[in-house]
Amino acid sequence: MKLSAKQSTLLVLILIIALAPFFFPSAFYFRIGSVVFVNAVAVVGMVILTGYAGQISLGHAGFAGIGGYACALAPVYLGLHPALAALLGALISAVLAYLVGRPILRLKGYYLAVATLGFGILVSMVLSNETAITGGPDGIKVPDLGLRAWLVDRGLKISNSQFWYWFSGLALVIGAWLALNLHESATGRALRALHGSEIAARTVGVDVARAKLIAFVISAIYASVAGSLIALQNRMITPDIAGYMHSIEMVTMAVLGGAGSVLGAIFGATILTLLPQVLTVFQQYEQIMLGLVMMLVMIFMRDGLLPSLVARVRGRGE
Amino acid sequence: MLTVEGLRSRYGRIEVLHGLDIQVNSGEIVTVVGANGAGKTTLLRCISGIQPVSGGSIMFRGEMIAHIPAYKRVGRGLSQSPEGRQIFTNLTVEENLRLGAYIFHDARVDKDMQDAFTMFPILKEKRNLLAGGLSGGQQQMLAIARALMGRPSCLLLDEPSMGLAPILVAQIFDVVKSLKSLDVTVLLVEQNAFGALSIADRGYVMETGRIAFSGRAQELIADPRVREAYLGI
Repeated sequence: MKLSAKQSTLLVLILIIALAPFFFPSAFYFRIGSVVFVNAVAVVGMVILTGYAGQISLGHAGFAGIGGYACALAPVYLGLHPALAALLGALISAVLAYLVGRPILRLKGYYLAVATLGFGILVSMVLSNETAITGGPDGIKVPDLGLRAWLVDRGLKISNSQFWYWFSGLALVIGAWLALNLHESATGRALRALHGSEIAARTVGVDVARAKLIAFVISAIYASVAGSLIALQNRMITPDIAGYMHSIEMVTMAVLGGAGSVLGAIFGATILTLLPQVLTVFQQYEQIMLGLVMMLVMIFMRDGLLPSLVARVRGRGE
Repeated sequence: MLTVEGLRSRYGRIEVLHGLDIQVNSGEIVTVVGANGAGKTTLLRCISGIQPVSGGSIMFRGEMIAHIPAYKRVGRGLSQSPEGRQIFTNLTVEENLRLGAYIFHDARVDKDMQDAFTMFPILKEKRNLLAGGLSGGQQQMLAIARALMGRPSCLLLDEPSMGLAPILVAQIFDVVKSLKSLDVTVLLVEQNAFGALSIADRGYVMETGRIAFSGRAQELIADPRVREAYLGI
């Protein structure tokens, strides 16, 4: 039986998530793994926006902030269960992305980058300054999701970090599955088409403005869900989650790994989450090494790490 | 089928079409020829809706379409193969064709694709390859096939011979001529005036945003003014 690209991508992803724990030297790695998966969820959203539709956003951390703070605030002010709070956060992010995206997505290239950057800064300013509600720069506590306690009650012995490893891993598989389905759908083709040529996309009947808006809204939902997962996992949240550094991190992870492919972007999220840990051997030169690695990858592997490596391996095989 | 009256269009403050009149009847191949910069491409872009119109009217099958967005004109039966082909290089040949039928969601899409493969066997051979890997002539065939997937009653072709070797140019013109048998009306914009007039029923000669001459294609080929200025004979 020959697997389609979608099936093989999902299979690889599930195998990695399932088998990685066998190689973990300590329980701490479950924690790192879950951070990788949460980052990867946000980055899969960037694949849809940047890899498929060719649009850039330097403000998506703003949506992660909304998703994160929804989990902190909605249980307190609305009495919602944290899981419902996360859904509410995703809904708010989607509506906001729709309203903000309509005027912003008329812009192209660096104009779009600056406008989205502005949006992200706006969200993080609000979160920092509305101290009475958000707790300001010190952050705010987030209630427990309660799912682990429920599982433990039913006899499943699972530590907190293990629970979040599997839960985030599941979220990533679902996110990747949805993104891969979108890739092959008519909408996904339209997104990739306008990436190639907006004029040609219009001549075949694609409503380019609407298609871009769809990609923007979907990717905002991914970022929002990732933000909620971070908040629920850490049991607290600070405005850093919405900061522009976090936005740039998301774009970098997607582009470094290979923005065009879901697996590549997950690879990018993995590398950029793990690399700082590995590079600590360089001590005070850690940041310099990180920057150097990023520059070298972009100079020598323009399509991103994974696609370039795959192309190289295939090239040698022939 | 298509009536353009007093069409004006501008890029910023510079007007490039100064009131054009063009008529395309059902079943015809009509060509617009003229030198580089005469405004031929702008004319087609106005008709397909990529370029805003600043004056005049465009009537297509009894409907004023000048202010309908481009993506909605496909559904009215107006397909364009844009200048420079503009195929989706990062998508496969088959995906390009499916995008041509983007507005349709019925079983006829697959049938139309089979027809496209019959018309252009090379596209069938390369259906799963990225379109960017096709040669120039193959890309032009894909651009025409993609436009036909939109089930046009009128096809707008912008410079299909551009950048192609002479033998491929002849092949492309043969394809355009054969569209008649598919009941597709064609408006063909070309710099290759002789080739275009040879296969067309009627022609217009454009000069700096105006129609300079018009008439039956055979008469234009014979017209000494056209021969001297555009055919280089």
